[in-house]
Amino acid sequence: MRTAAIVDKPMGGTHSEAVSRPPAGRSRAMALVHLLVVGALGLAPSWALAEEVLDSGDTAWMLTATALVLFMTVPGLALFYAGMVRSKNVLSVLMQCFAITALMSILWIFWGYSLAFEDGGGANAFIGGLSKMFLAGVTVDSLSGTIPETVFMTFQMTFAVITPALIVGAFAERMKFSTMLVFMGIWLTVVYAPVAHWVWGGGWLGDWGVLDFAGGTVVHINAGVAGLVAAIMLGKRKGYPGTAMPPNNLGYTIMGASILWVGWFGFNAGSELAADGVAGMAMAVTQIATAAAALGWMFSEWISHGKPSVLGIASGAVAGLVAITPASGSVGPMGAVAIGAAAGVGCFFAATTLKRAFGYDDSLDVFGIHAVGGVIGAILTGVFAAAALGGSGFGDGNESIIAQVVAQGVGVAATIIYSGVMSFVILKILDALMGLRVDEEQEVEGLDLALHDERGYIL
Amino acid sequence: MKLLTAIIKPFKLDDVRNALSELGIQGMTLTEVKGFGRQKGHTELYRGAEYVVDFLPKMKIEVAVDDDQLTSVVDAVSEAARTGKIGDGKIFVTELAEAIRIRTGETGGDAL
Repeated sequence: MRTAAIVDKPMGGTHSEAVSRPPAGRSRAMALVHLLVVGALGLAPSWALAEEVLDSGDTAWMLTATALVLFMTVPGLALFYAGMVRSKNVLSVLMQCFAITALMSILWIFWGYSLAFEDGGGANAFIGGLSKMFLAGVTVDSLSGTIPETVFMTFQMTFAVITPALIVGAFAERMKFSTMLVFMGIWLTVVYAPVAHWVWGGGWLGDWGVLDFAGGTVVHINAGVAGLVAAIMLGKRKGYPGTAMPPNNLGYTIMGASILWVGWFGFNAGSELAADGVAGMAMAVTQIATAAAALGWMFSEWISHGKPSVLGIASGAVAGLVAITPASGSVGPMGAVAIGAAAGVGCFFAATTLKRAFGYDDSLDVFGIHAVGGVIGAILTGVFAAAALGGSGFGDGNESIIAQVVAQGVGVAATIIYSGVMSFVILKILDALMGLRVDEEQEVEGLDLALHDERGYIL
Repeated sequence: MKLLTAIIKPFKLDDVRNALSELGIQGMTLTEVKGFGRQKGHTELYRGAEYVVDFLPKMKIEVAVDDDQLTSVVDAVSEAARTGKIGDGKIFVTELAEAIRIRTGETGGDAL
Protein backbone atom coordinates (compact mmCIF):
# COMPACT_ATOMS: atom_id res chain seq x y z
CA MET A 1 0.00 0.00 0.00
CA ARG A 2 1.36 3.32 -1.04
CA THR A 3 1.71 5.72 1.78
CA ALA A 4 3.15 8.83 3.18
CA ALA A 5 6.84 9.32 3.43
CA ILE A 6 6.38 10.02 7.09
CA VAL A 7 4.73 8.02 9.80
CA ASP A 8 2.22 10.49 11.09
CA LYS A 9 0.87 8.62 14.08
CA PRO A 10 3.58 6.74 15.88
CA MET A 11 2.33 4.68 18.75
CA GLY A 12 3.26 5.12 22.39
CA GLY A 13 3.86 8.82 22.10
CA THR A 14 7.17 8.62 20.35
CA HIS A 15 7.41 11.03 17.52
CA SER A 16 9.40 9.28 14.92
CA GLU A 17 10.97 11.30 12.16
CA ALA A 18 11.75 8.16 10.30
CA VAL A 19 10.55 8.09 6.77
CA SER A 20 8.92 4.75 6.60
CA ARG A 21 6.41 2.98 4.54
CA PRO A 22 3.53 1.67 6.60
CA PRO A 23 3.35 -1.88 5.46
CA ALA A 24 0.48 -3.74 3.90
CA GLY A 25 -0.94 -7.17 4.43
CA ARG A 26 0.98 -9.71 6.37
CA SER A 27 3.82 -7.37 7.25
CA ARG A 28 1.41 -5.05 9.05
CA ALA A 29 1.56 -7.05 12.26
CA MET A 30 5.33 -6.96 12.24
CA ALA A 31 5.32 -3.23 11.88
CA LEU A 32 2.89 -2.92 14.75
CA VAL A 33 5.23 -4.88 16.96
CA HIS A 34 8.08 -2.70 15.81
CA LEU A 35 6.19 0.48 16.59
CA LEU A 36 5.09 -0.83 19.98
CA VAL A 37 8.66 -1.65 20.87
CA VAL A 38 9.88 1.72 19.73
CA GLY A 39 7.09 3.40 21.63
CA ALA A 40 7.47 1.39 24.81
CA LEU A 41 11.17 1.86 25.01
CA GLY A 42 10.97 5.49 24.08
CA LEU A 43 13.79 5.05 21.65
CA ALA A 44 15.20 8.07 19.94
CA PRO A 45 14.41 8.89 16.34
CA SER A 46 17.97 8.14 15.37
CA TRP A 47 17.38 4.55 16.33
CA ALA A 48 14.37 4.40 14.07
CA LEU A 49 16.31 6.03 11.27
CA ALA A 50 18.98 3.43 11.60
CA GLU A 51 16.32 0.83 10.86
CA GLU A 52 15.77 2.24 7.40
CA VAL A 53 18.23 0.77 5.03
CA LEU A 54 18.26 1.08 1.31
CA ASP A 55 17.28 -2.15 -0.39
CA SER A 56 18.88 -2.35 -3.81
CA GLY A 57 16.28 -4.84 -5.08
CA ASP A 58 13.41 -2.57 -4.12
CA THR A 59 15.23 0.42 -5.53
CA ALA A 60 15.99 -1.27 -8.83
CA TRP A 61 12.35 -2.24 -9.26
CA MET A 62 11.08 1.22 -8.36
CA LEU A 63 13.44 2.93 -10.80
CA THR A 64 11.99 0.64 -13.45
CA ALA A 65 8.39 1.11 -12.32
CA THR A 66 8.79 4.88 -12.40
CA ALA A 67 9.95 4.77 -16.01
CA LEU A 68 7.05 2.45 -16.87
CA VAL A 69 4.47 4.85 -15.42
CA LEU A 70 5.94 7.81 -17.29
CA PHE A 71 5.78 5.68 -20.44
CA MET A 72 2.03 5.32 -19.83
CA THR A 73 1.47 9.04 -20.43
CA VAL A 74 4.02 9.68 -23.15
CA PRO A 75 3.54 8.02 -25.48
CA GLY A 76 0.88 5.57 -24.19
CA LEU A 77 -2.05 7.78 -23.26
CA ALA A 78 -1.06 10.40 -25.84
CA LEU A 79 -1.30 7.83 -28.65
CA PHE A 80 -4.43 6.22 -27.21
CA TYR A 81 -6.17 9.59 -27.37
CA ALA A 82 -4.53 10.86 -30.57
CA GLY A 83 -5.90 7.97 -32.57
CA MET A 84 -9.47 8.68 -31.51
CA VAL A 85 -9.75 12.32 -32.54
CA ARG A 86 -10.20 13.61 -36.06
CA SER A 87 -7.07 14.06 -38.16
CA LYS A 88 -7.19 17.87 -37.83
CA ASN A 89 -6.78 17.56 -34.05
CA VAL A 90 -4.27 14.73 -33.75
CA LEU A 91 -1.35 16.98 -32.82
CA SER A 92 -3.37 19.01 -30.34
CA VAL A 93 -3.97 15.95 -28.19
CA LEU A 94 -0.36 14.79 -28.39
CA MET A 95 0.72 18.32 -27.51
CA GLN A 96 -1.62 18.53 -24.53
CA CYS A 97 -0.35 15.25 -23.09
CA PHE A 98 3.28 16.20 -23.66
CA ALA A 99 2.91 19.71 -22.23
CA ILE A 100 1.02 18.41 -19.21
CA THR A 101 3.84 15.93 -18.59
CA ALA A 102 6.35 18.76 -18.53
CA LEU A 103 4.31 21.24 -16.51
CA MET A 104 3.15 18.76 -13.87
CA SER A 105 6.70 17.53 -13.34
CA ILE A 106 7.85 21.03 -12.47
CA LEU A 107 4.83 21.86 -10.30
CA TRP A 108 5.23 18.56 -8.51
CA ILE A 109 8.71 19.43 -7.28
CA PHE A 110 7.70 23.05 -6.61
CA TRP A 111 4.85 22.23 -4.22
CA GLY A 112 2.79 19.22 -5.35
CA TYR A 113 4.92 16.56 -3.65
CA SER A 114 5.09 18.48 -0.42
CA LEU A 115 1.33 19.14 -0.35
CA ALA A 116 0.54 15.50 -1.04
CA PHE A 117 3.07 13.70 1.12
CA GLU A 118 4.34 16.00 3.84
CA ASP A 119 2.81 16.27 7.29
CA GLY A 120 0.25 19.04 7.22
CA GLY A 121 0.25 19.64 10.95
CA GLY A 122 -3.21 20.66 12.17
CA ALA A 123 -4.69 20.36 8.69
CA ASN A 124 -3.04 17.01 8.06
CA ALA A 125 -6.35 15.19 7.62
CA PHE A 126 -6.98 17.26 4.50
CA ILE A 127 -3.72 18.58 3.12
CA GLY A 128 0.01 18.14 3.57
CA GLY A 129 2.53 20.79 4.46
CA LEU A 130 4.91 23.00 2.53
CA SER A 131 8.13 21.98 4.22
CA LYS A 132 9.41 20.14 1.15
CA MET A 133 8.57 22.83 -1.38
CA PHE A 134 11.20 22.87 -4.13
CA LEU A 135 12.26 19.50 -2.71
CA ALA A 136 13.86 21.11 0.31
CA GLY A 137 15.74 18.46 2.23
CA VAL A 138 15.45 15.79 -0.41
CA THR A 139 18.99 14.70 -1.00
CA VAL A 140 20.95 11.81 -2.42
CA ASP A 141 20.85 10.18 1.01
CA SER A 142 17.15 10.69 1.81
CA LEU A 143 15.26 7.46 2.15
CA SER A 144 11.58 6.68 1.87
CA GLY A 145 11.18 3.23 3.33
CA THR A 146 13.77 1.10 1.59
CA ILE A 147 14.14 3.25 -1.51
CA PRO A 148 15.70 6.66 -2.09
CA GLU A 149 13.23 9.48 -1.54
CA THR A 150 14.18 10.81 -4.98
CA VAL A 151 12.78 7.62 -6.46
CA PHE A 152 9.62 7.76 -4.34
CA MET A 153 9.13 11.41 -5.29
CA THR A 154 9.65 10.76 -9.00
CA PHE A 155 7.41 7.69 -8.93
CA GLN A 156 4.67 9.83 -7.39
CA MET A 157 5.41 12.52 -9.95
CA THR A 158 4.52 10.19 -12.78
CA PHE A 159 1.10 9.68 -11.16
CA ALA A 160 0.68 13.44 -10.85
CA VAL A 161 1.50 13.61 -14.57
CA ILE A 162 -0.92 11.01 -15.84
CA THR A 163 -3.93 12.04 -13.76
CA PRO A 164 -4.38 15.50 -15.32
CA ALA A 165 -3.44 14.08 -18.72
CA LEU A 166 -6.36 11.64 -18.47
CA ILE A 167 -8.77 14.60 -18.37
CA VAL A 168 -7.64 15.70 -21.84
CA GLY A 169 -9.88 13.11 -23.45
CA ALA A 170 -13.03 14.73 -22.11
CA PHE A 171 -12.53 18.15 -23.69
CA ALA A 172 -10.52 17.03 -26.73
CA GLU A 173 -10.92 18.94 -29.98
CA ARG A 174 -12.26 22.17 -28.47
CA MET A 175 -10.35 23.56 -25.47
CA LYS A 176 -7.96 26.51 -25.60
CA PHE A 177 -4.41 25.32 -25.01
CA SER A 178 -3.54 28.26 -22.76
CA THR A 179 -6.58 27.79 -20.52
CA MET A 180 -5.94 24.05 -20.46
CA LEU A 181 -2.44 24.57 -19.08
CA VAL A 182 -3.62 26.95 -16.35
CA PHE A 183 -6.50 24.63 -15.45
CA MET A 184 -4.18 21.67 -15.11
CA GLY A 185 -1.72 23.60 -12.95
CA ILE A 186 -4.44 24.71 -10.55
CA TRP A 187 -6.15 21.33 -10.62
CA LEU A 188 -2.96 19.53 -9.64
CA THR A 189 -2.54 21.89 -6.71
CA VAL A 190 -6.05 22.08 -5.30
CA VAL A 191 -7.55 18.75 -6.37
CA TYR A 192 -4.93 16.10 -7.04
CA ALA A 193 -2.51 16.93 -4.23
CA PRO A 194 -5.17 17.01 -1.48
CA VAL A 195 -6.92 13.84 -2.66
CA ALA A 196 -3.59 12.02 -2.91
CA HIS A 197 -2.88 13.22 0.63
CA TRP A 198 -6.25 11.97 1.89
CA VAL A 199 -5.53 8.44 0.75
CA TRP A 200 -1.75 8.03 0.77
CA GLY A 201 -0.34 10.98 2.63
CA GLY A 202 -1.81 10.31 6.07
CA GLY A 203 -5.14 12.03 5.44
CA TRP A 204 -8.64 11.20 6.54
CA LEU A 205 -9.52 8.56 3.92
CA GLY A 206 -6.55 6.51 5.00
CA ASP A 207 -7.97 6.63 8.52
CA TRP A 208 -11.19 5.10 7.22
CA GLY A 209 -9.25 2.08 6.05
CA VAL A 210 -10.09 2.84 2.44
CA LEU A 211 -8.24 0.42 0.18
CA ASP A 212 -6.83 2.24 -2.81
CA PHE A 213 -3.61 0.47 -3.60
CA ALA A 214 -2.57 2.25 -6.78
CA GLY A 215 -5.00 5.08 -7.24
CA GLY A 216 -8.50 4.10 -8.30
CA THR A 217 -10.00 7.06 -6.46
CA VAL A 218 -7.01 9.39 -6.44
CA VAL A 219 -6.23 8.98 -10.12
CA HIS A 220 -9.16 7.56 -12.04
CA ILE A 221 -12.33 8.70 -10.31
CA ASN A 222 -10.68 12.04 -9.68
CA ALA A 223 -9.78 12.54 -13.35
CA GLY A 224 -12.98 10.97 -14.66
CA VAL A 225 -15.23 13.29 -12.69
CA ALA A 226 -13.14 16.35 -13.56
CA GLY A 227 -13.46 15.24 -17.19
CA LEU A 228 -17.23 14.99 -17.01
CA VAL A 229 -17.47 18.44 -15.46
CA ALA A 230 -15.15 19.87 -18.12
CA ALA A 231 -17.05 18.18 -20.96
CA ILE A 232 -20.34 19.61 -19.73
CA MET A 233 -18.96 23.09 -19.03
CA LEU A 234 -17.18 23.41 -22.36
CA GLY A 235 -20.20 22.12 -24.21
CA LYS A 236 -20.46 19.76 -27.12
CA ARG A 237 -18.16 19.87 -30.11
CA LYS A 238 -19.69 21.65 -33.06
CA GLY A 239 -21.80 19.13 -34.92
CA TYR A 240 -21.95 16.57 -32.09
CA PRO A 241 -23.68 14.14 -32.18
CA GLY A 242 -25.11 14.56 -35.70
CA THR A 243 -21.84 14.85 -37.60
CA ALA A 244 -19.62 11.84 -38.09
CA MET A 245 -16.50 12.14 -35.94
CA PRO A 246 -14.78 8.83 -36.53
CA PRO A 247 -11.33 8.16 -35.06
CA ASN A 248 -8.55 9.15 -37.44
CA ASN A 249 -6.19 6.29 -36.72
CA LEU A 250 -7.18 3.35 -34.53
CA GLY A 251 -3.72 1.93 -35.07
CA TYR A 252 -2.41 4.71 -32.79
CA THR A 253 -5.16 3.92 -30.33
CA ILE A 254 -4.36 0.25 -29.99
CA MET A 255 -0.64 1.01 -29.80
CA GLY A 256 -1.42 3.47 -27.02
CA ALA A 257 -3.65 1.00 -25.22
CA SER A 258 -0.92 -1.64 -25.47
CA ILE A 259 1.67 0.73 -24.02
CA LEU A 260 -0.76 1.60 -21.22
CA TRP A 261 -1.23 -2.09 -20.51
CA VAL A 262 2.50 -2.72 -20.19
CA GLY A 263 3.16 0.51 -18.31
CA TRP A 264 0.42 -0.31 -15.83
CA PHE A 265 2.60 -3.01 -14.30
CA GLY A 266 4.74 -0.14 -13.05
CA PHE A 267 1.65 1.68 -11.85
CA ASN A 268 0.13 -1.21 -9.91
CA ALA A 269 3.01 -3.48 -8.98
CA GLY A 270 5.15 -0.40 -8.38
CA SER A 271 2.65 0.92 -5.87
CA GLU A 272 3.91 -1.68 -3.41
CA LEU A 273 7.14 0.37 -3.37
CA ALA A 274 9.05 -2.86 -3.00
CA ALA A 275 10.00 -5.93 -4.97
CA ASP A 276 8.06 -8.47 -2.96
CA GLY A 277 5.15 -10.87 -2.99
CA VAL A 278 2.49 -8.18 -2.91
CA ALA A 279 4.06 -6.59 -5.98
CA GLY A 280 4.08 -9.98 -7.68
CA MET A 281 0.39 -10.54 -6.98
CA ALA A 282 -0.37 -6.98 -8.07
CA MET A 283 1.29 -7.70 -11.40
CA ALA A 284 -0.62 -10.96 -11.84
CA VAL A 285 -4.03 -9.54 -11.02
CA THR A 286 -3.37 -6.55 -13.28
CA GLN A 287 -2.84 -8.85 -16.23
CA ILE A 288 -5.81 -11.04 -15.30
CA ALA A 289 -8.32 -8.23 -14.81
CA THR A 290 -7.23 -6.48 -18.00
CA ALA A 291 -7.66 -9.63 -20.03
CA ALA A 292 -11.10 -10.26 -18.50
CA ALA A 293 -12.22 -6.69 -19.20
CA ALA A 294 -10.97 -6.72 -22.81
CA LEU A 295 -12.97 -9.88 -23.38
CA GLY A 296 -15.96 -8.49 -21.46
CA TRP A 297 -16.16 -5.39 -23.67
CA MET A 298 -15.47 -7.37 -26.85
CA PHE A 299 -18.23 -9.88 -26.21
CA SER A 300 -20.68 -7.20 -25.01
CA GLU A 301 -20.18 -5.36 -28.26
CA TRP A 302 -20.24 -8.50 -30.36
CA ILE A 303 -23.57 -9.51 -28.85
CA SER A 304 -25.21 -6.10 -28.94
CA HIS A 305 -23.85 -4.72 -32.23
CA GLY A 306 -22.96 -7.80 -34.21
CA LYS A 307 -19.21 -7.30 -34.54
CA PRO A 308 -16.22 -7.14 -32.19
CA SER A 309 -14.19 -3.96 -32.73
CA VAL A 310 -10.60 -2.86 -32.25
CA LEU A 311 -11.65 0.29 -30.43
CA GLY A 312 -13.87 -1.87 -28.24
CA ILE A 313 -11.25 -4.36 -27.13
CA ALA A 314 -8.70 -1.58 -26.53
CA SER A 315 -11.24 0.38 -24.49
CA GLY A 316 -12.12 -2.73 -22.53
CA ALA A 317 -8.48 -3.35 -21.67
CA VAL A 318 -8.12 0.18 -20.33
CA ALA A 319 -11.35 -0.20 -18.35
CA GLY A 320 -9.94 -3.34 -16.74
CA LEU A 321 -6.66 -1.63 -15.91
CA VAL A 322 -8.58 1.19 -14.27
CA ALA A 323 -10.80 -1.13 -12.25
CA ILE A 324 -8.00 -3.33 -10.92
CA THR A 325 -5.95 -0.31 -9.87
CA PRO A 326 -7.44 0.15 -6.38
CA ALA A 327 -7.74 -3.62 -5.93
CA SER A 328 -4.34 -4.73 -7.10
CA GLY A 329 -2.82 -4.91 -3.63
CA SER A 330 -5.64 -6.76 -1.96
CA VAL A 331 -7.46 -9.19 -4.25
CA GLY A 332 -6.63 -12.62 -5.60
CA PRO A 333 -6.69 -13.96 -9.14
CA MET A 334 -10.37 -14.90 -9.28
CA GLY A 335 -11.35 -11.61 -7.70
CA ALA A 336 -9.42 -9.99 -10.53
CA VAL A 337 -11.38 -11.95 -13.12
CA ALA A 338 -14.64 -10.75 -11.57
CA ILE A 339 -13.51 -7.12 -11.30
CA GLY A 340 -12.20 -7.11 -14.86
CA ALA A 341 -15.32 -8.67 -16.33
CA ALA A 342 -17.56 -6.25 -14.43
CA ALA A 343 -15.51 -3.30 -15.65
CA GLY A 344 -15.51 -4.49 -19.27
CA VAL A 345 -19.27 -4.82 -19.37
CA GLY A 346 -20.01 -1.81 -17.14
CA CYS A 347 -17.76 0.60 -18.99
CA PHE A 348 -19.08 -0.63 -22.34
CA PHE A 349 -22.54 0.33 -21.13
CA ALA A 350 -21.34 3.69 -19.78
CA ALA A 351 -19.40 4.71 -22.88
CA THR A 352 -21.99 3.61 -25.42
CA THR A 353 -25.45 3.81 -23.86
CA LEU A 354 -25.19 6.08 -20.82
CA LYS A 355 -23.33 8.83 -22.65
CA ARG A 356 -25.87 8.86 -25.45
CA ALA A 357 -28.79 8.86 -23.03
CA PHE A 358 -27.52 11.94 -21.21
CA GLY A 359 -26.18 13.69 -24.29
CA TYR A 360 -22.92 15.08 -22.87
CA ASP A 361 -19.92 15.13 -25.17
CA ASP A 362 -17.19 13.40 -23.19
CA SER A 363 -15.21 13.08 -26.42
CA LEU A 364 -13.01 10.12 -25.59
CA ASP A 365 -14.99 8.68 -22.67
CA VAL A 366 -12.87 9.76 -19.73
CA PHE A 367 -15.89 9.56 -17.46
CA GLY A 368 -17.29 6.38 -19.00
CA ILE A 369 -14.02 4.50 -18.58
CA HIS A 370 -12.03 6.15 -15.79
CA ALA A 371 -14.76 7.28 -13.42
CA VAL A 372 -17.13 4.36 -14.02
CA GLY A 373 -14.29 1.82 -14.11
CA GLY A 374 -12.77 3.46 -11.04
CA VAL A 375 -16.02 3.21 -9.09
CA ILE A 376 -16.59 -0.40 -10.11
CA GLY A 377 -13.04 -1.24 -9.05
CA ALA A 378 -13.19 0.71 -5.79
CA ILE A 379 -16.45 -0.87 -4.63
CA LEU A 380 -15.52 -4.39 -5.70
CA THR A 381 -12.18 -4.02 -3.95
CA GLY A 382 -14.22 -3.94 -0.75
CA VAL A 383 -15.79 -7.24 -1.72
CA PHE A 384 -12.86 -9.20 -3.11
CA ALA A 385 -10.37 -8.08 -0.49
CA ALA A 386 -12.16 -10.60 1.76
CA ALA A 387 -9.87 -13.48 2.62
CA ALA A 388 -12.79 -15.85 2.01
CA LEU A 389 -12.86 -14.62 -1.61
CA GLY A 390 -9.14 -14.98 -2.17
CA GLY A 391 -8.13 -11.51 -1.07
CA SER A 392 -5.51 -10.45 1.44
CA GLY A 393 -7.84 -8.84 3.95
CA PHE A 394 -9.59 -5.59 4.72
CA GLY A 395 -8.25 -2.15 5.53
CA ASP A 396 -7.46 -1.10 9.09
CA GLY A 397 -10.54 -1.09 11.28
CA ASN A 398 -12.84 -2.86 8.84
CA GLU A 399 -13.99 -6.31 9.86
CA SER A 400 -16.47 -7.29 7.16
CA ILE A 401 -17.24 -6.92 3.49
CA ILE A 402 -20.02 -4.51 4.35
CA ALA A 403 -17.76 -2.32 6.48
CA GLN A 404 -15.10 -2.30 3.79
CA VAL A 405 -17.59 -1.55 1.01
CA VAL A 406 -18.95 1.34 3.10
CA ALA A 407 -15.41 2.68 3.52
CA GLN A 408 -14.83 2.32 -0.21
CA GLY A 409 -18.11 4.14 -0.85
CA VAL A 410 -17.01 6.99 1.39
CA GLY A 411 -13.77 7.29 -0.55
CA VAL A 412 -15.63 7.24 -3.87
CA ALA A 413 -18.26 9.76 -2.79
CA ALA A 414 -15.74 12.14 -1.24
CA THR A 415 -13.62 12.10 -4.39
CA ILE A 416 -16.59 12.57 -6.71
CA ILE A 417 -17.94 15.49 -4.73
CA TYR A 418 -14.60 17.18 -4.14
CA SER A 419 -13.29 16.74 -7.68
CA GLY A 420 -16.64 17.69 -9.19
CA VAL A 421 -17.11 20.84 -7.16
CA MET A 422 -13.51 22.04 -7.34
CA SER A 423 -13.21 21.35 -11.07
CA PHE A 424 -16.41 23.30 -11.62
CA VAL A 425 -15.16 26.26 -9.60
CA ILE A 426 -11.77 26.37 -11.33
CA LEU A 427 -13.33 26.15 -14.78
CA LYS A 428 -15.93 28.78 -13.93
CA ILE A 429 -13.24 31.23 -12.88
CA LEU A 430 -11.05 30.47 -15.90
CA ASP A 431 -14.03 30.83 -18.21
CA ALA A 432 -14.51 34.38 -16.93
CA LEU A 433 -10.80 35.22 -17.03
CA MET A 434 -9.53 33.47 -20.17
CA GLY A 435 -12.37 31.65 -21.89
CA LEU A 436 -12.41 27.86 -22.10
CA ARG A 437 -13.12 27.20 -25.75
CA VAL A 438 -11.49 28.02 -29.03
CA ASP A 439 -13.74 30.04 -31.33
CA GLU A 440 -15.92 28.32 -33.87
CA GLU A 441 -13.66 29.05 -36.82
CA GLN A 442 -10.66 27.55 -35.03
CA GLU A 443 -12.67 24.51 -34.04
CA VAL A 444 -13.75 23.88 -37.63
CA GLU A 445 -10.24 24.45 -38.95
CA GLY A 446 -8.87 22.05 -36.37
CA LEU A 447 -6.70 22.78 -33.35
CA ASP A 448 -3.51 21.59 -35.03
CA LEU A 449 -3.46 24.49 -37.46
CA ALA A 450 -5.44 26.94 -35.38
CA LEU A 451 -3.39 26.65 -32.18
CA HIS A 452 -0.08 25.17 -33.23
CA ASP A 453 0.45 26.15 -36.89
CA GLU A 454 1.17 22.54 -37.73
CA ARG A 455 -0.51 19.61 -39.42
CA GLY A 456 -0.37 16.02 -38.27
CA TYR A 457 -0.47 14.48 -41.69
CA ILE A 458 1.32 15.83 -44.73
CA LEU A 459 0.94 12.88 -47.03
CA MET B 1 -12.65 5.19 -81.10
CA LYS B 2 -14.36 4.74 -77.81
CA LEU B 3 -13.41 5.62 -74.24
CA LEU B 4 -14.35 3.01 -71.64
CA THR B 5 -14.72 4.21 -68.09
CA ALA B 6 -15.12 1.28 -65.72
CA ILE B 7 -15.89 1.72 -62.01
CA ILE B 8 -15.00 -1.51 -60.23
CA LYS B 9 -14.44 -2.97 -56.80
CA PRO B 10 -10.85 -2.35 -55.73
CA PHE B 11 -10.07 -6.00 -55.10
CA LYS B 12 -11.00 -6.84 -58.70
CA LEU B 13 -8.38 -4.52 -60.13
CA ASP B 14 -5.75 -7.18 -60.80
CA ASP B 15 -8.26 -9.45 -62.54
CA VAL B 16 -9.43 -6.66 -64.80
CA ARG B 17 -5.91 -5.54 -65.60
CA ASN B 18 -4.88 -9.07 -66.54
CA ALA B 19 -7.97 -9.58 -68.67
CA LEU B 20 -7.23 -6.39 -70.60
CA SER B 21 -3.60 -7.32 -71.06
CA GLU B 22 -4.64 -10.64 -72.58
CA LEU B 23 -6.65 -8.73 -75.16
CA GLY B 24 -3.55 -6.79 -76.12
CA ILE B 25 -4.60 -3.53 -74.56
CA GLN B 26 -1.42 -1.50 -74.20
CA GLY B 27 -2.34 1.09 -71.60
CA MET B 28 -4.91 2.34 -69.17
CA THR B 29 -5.39 5.04 -66.59
CA LEU B 30 -6.32 4.20 -63.02
CA THR B 31 -7.85 6.50 -60.41
CA GLU B 32 -8.87 5.74 -56.85
CA VAL B 33 -12.36 7.16 -56.46
CA LYS B 34 -15.27 7.10 -54.05
CA GLY B 35 -18.92 6.81 -54.83
CA PHE B 36 -22.11 4.91 -54.37
CA GLY B 37 -24.86 3.36 -56.43
CA ARG B 38 -27.44 0.87 -55.35
CA GLN B 39 -25.02 -0.64 -52.89
CA LYS B 40 -25.27 2.58 -50.85
CA GLY B 41 -22.56 2.99 -48.23
CA HIS B 42 -21.74 1.06 -45.11
CA THR B 43 -22.05 1.79 -41.42
CA GLU B 44 -19.20 2.27 -38.98
CA LEU B 45 -19.58 1.97 -35.24
CA TYR B 46 -17.27 3.57 -32.68
CA ARG B 47 -18.16 3.07 -29.02
CA GLY B 48 -21.84 3.02 -29.87
CA ALA B 49 -21.72 5.99 -32.27
CA GLU B 50 -22.95 4.78 -35.63
CA TYR B 51 -21.93 6.59 -38.78
CA VAL B 52 -23.26 5.88 -42.26
CA VAL B 53 -20.46 6.20 -44.77
CA ASP B 54 -22.10 7.00 -48.12
CA PHE B 55 -19.09 6.91 -50.37
CA LEU B 56 -17.26 3.66 -50.80
CA PRO B 57 -13.81 3.33 -52.28
CA LYS B 58 -13.79 2.18 -55.92
CA MET B 59 -11.30 2.01 -58.75
CA LYS B 60 -11.91 3.91 -61.97
CA ILE B 61 -10.19 2.50 -65.05
CA GLU B 62 -10.13 4.47 -68.29
CA VAL B 63 -9.22 2.69 -71.51
CA ALA B 64 -9.30 4.03 -75.07
CA VAL B 65 -10.03 1.36 -77.72
CA ASP B 66 -10.69 1.02 -81.41
CA ASP B 67 -14.32 0.56 -82.32
CA ASP B 68 -13.79 -3.07 -83.38
CA GLN B 69 -12.27 -3.91 -79.99
CA LEU B 70 -15.14 -2.45 -78.02
CA THR B 71 -17.29 -5.53 -77.53
CA SER B 72 -14.47 -7.82 -76.50
CA VAL B 73 -13.07 -5.25 -74.05
CA VAL B 74 -16.48 -4.62 -72.47
CA ASP B 75 -17.01 -8.36 -72.11
CA ALA B 76 -13.57 -8.88 -70.61
CA VAL B 77 -13.98 -6.13 -68.04
CA SER B 78 -17.49 -7.27 -67.16
CA GLU B 79 -16.43 -10.83 -66.60
CA ALA B 80 -13.30 -9.98 -64.67
CA ALA B 81 -15.00 -7.49 -62.36
CA ARG B 82 -18.16 -9.44 -61.68
CA THR B 83 -18.84 -11.03 -58.30
CA GLY B 84 -22.60 -11.21 -58.77
CA LYS B 85 -23.18 -9.12 -55.68
CA ILE B 86 -24.51 -5.61 -55.49
CA GLY B 87 -21.74 -3.04 -55.86
CA ASP B 88 -19.80 -4.61 -58.74
CA GLY B 89 -19.72 -1.26 -60.52
CA LYS B 90 -20.45 0.08 -64.00
CA ILE B 91 -18.93 0.55 -67.42
CA PHE B 92 -19.55 3.76 -69.30
CA VAL B 93 -18.75 3.99 -73.01
CA THR B 94 -18.27 7.39 -74.65
CA GLU B 95 -17.28 8.52 -78.11
CA LEU B 96 -13.65 9.51 -78.36
CA ALA B 97 -13.02 12.27 -80.88
CA GLU B 98 -9.27 12.03 -81.12
CA ALA B 99 -6.17 10.52 -79.54
CA ILE B 100 -2.64 11.82 -79.92
CA ARG B 101 0.60 10.21 -78.82
CA ILE B 102 2.61 13.10 -77.49
CA ARG B 103 6.03 11.66 -78.17
CA THR B 104 5.54 10.96 -81.90
CA GLY B 105 2.52 12.99 -82.86
CA GLU B 106 0.68 9.86 -84.11
CA THR B 107 -3.10 10.22 -84.06
CA GLY B 108 -6.22 8.05 -84.04
CA GLY B 109 -5.87 4.29 -83.72
CA ASP B 110 -2.10 4.47 -84.14
CA ALA B 111 -1.84 6.47 -80.95
CA LEU B 112 -3.53 3.83 -78.79
